[in-house]
Amino acid sequence: MSLYNIFGIAGSALSANSVMLNTTASNIANAQSVSSSSGDTYKGKYPVFETLYQNKINKTMHSPGVQVKGVVDGNAEPLRKHSPEHPMADDDGFIYTANINIIEEMANMIAASRSYQTNLQVATTAKQLLQRTLTLGQ
Amino acid sequence: MAMNFNSILGLNENALLLRAKRAEVLSSNIANANTPGYKARDFDFHKALKVATGQQSTGIERTNQAHFSGVNSDLPVQLQYITPFQAGTGDGNSVDLPSQQVAFAENAMEYQMSLRFLNGKLKGLLSAIKGE
Repeated sequence: MSLYNIFGIAGSALSANSVMLNTTASNIANAQSVSSSSGDTYKGKYPVFETLYQNKINKTMHSPGVQVKGVVDGNAEPLRKHSPEHPMADDDGFIYTANINIIEEMANMIAASRSYQTNLQVATTAKQLLQRTLTLGQ
Repeated sequence: MAMNFNSILGLNENALLLRAKRAEVLSSNIANANTPGYKARDFDFHKALKVATGQQSTGIERTNQAHFSGVNSDLPVQLQYITPFQAGTGDGNSVDLPSQQVAFAENAMEYQMSLRFLNGKLKGLLSAIKGE
């Protein structure tokens, strides 16, 4: 029954979007993180979504879900700031802060949150339709 | 009088299964609304219903049995790519989320409509059996 597959499809989108919400929360939380070297500085984390085919050969014949292929680091260079009195300053008196664009993160958060809601609604609708179908003939 | 379930239920049964299939296809589009490179898909419900009730062939000729039939094995559904309203959002994704949400809601209503028709048929059958 096709309606059962919806739970799998919408569920895969729910978990993918919750990964995106997680990385966004992590990025925003670490926006002010400081370190002593540019290599150790927090880099933004961004999930890459991928279409999840159950059947790799005959891709056009069924409805795919979505999965997180991987989480990539943002390529923005850390911000370098001269602050000799800072306890984490390096020998030259510089500290490095994560280069996170808060506005971009907020936009990502809204996108993931909306998508999560939409897919939850889809699953709820599928559930209602199945329940109605079960009472057929009563 | 010769009766069977197919003649009683008519095309409502096929309609219900096709609506369920369409709900699945649309939910897939909605799930992949943010997936780079995903192309939105849908199928022509009226054509699929005609094929399901035997009024029309699938329209794809096979010259070899090994060829894919172009239709789903259990349902005569031929998925097609949706032509996007606007060209390119930059990541190769062609899902227009609002239109898909509307289509999904519409399809869910139509599913319940088919369900109600089926229910009416079964109720009628039941009262005929009971002789009420």
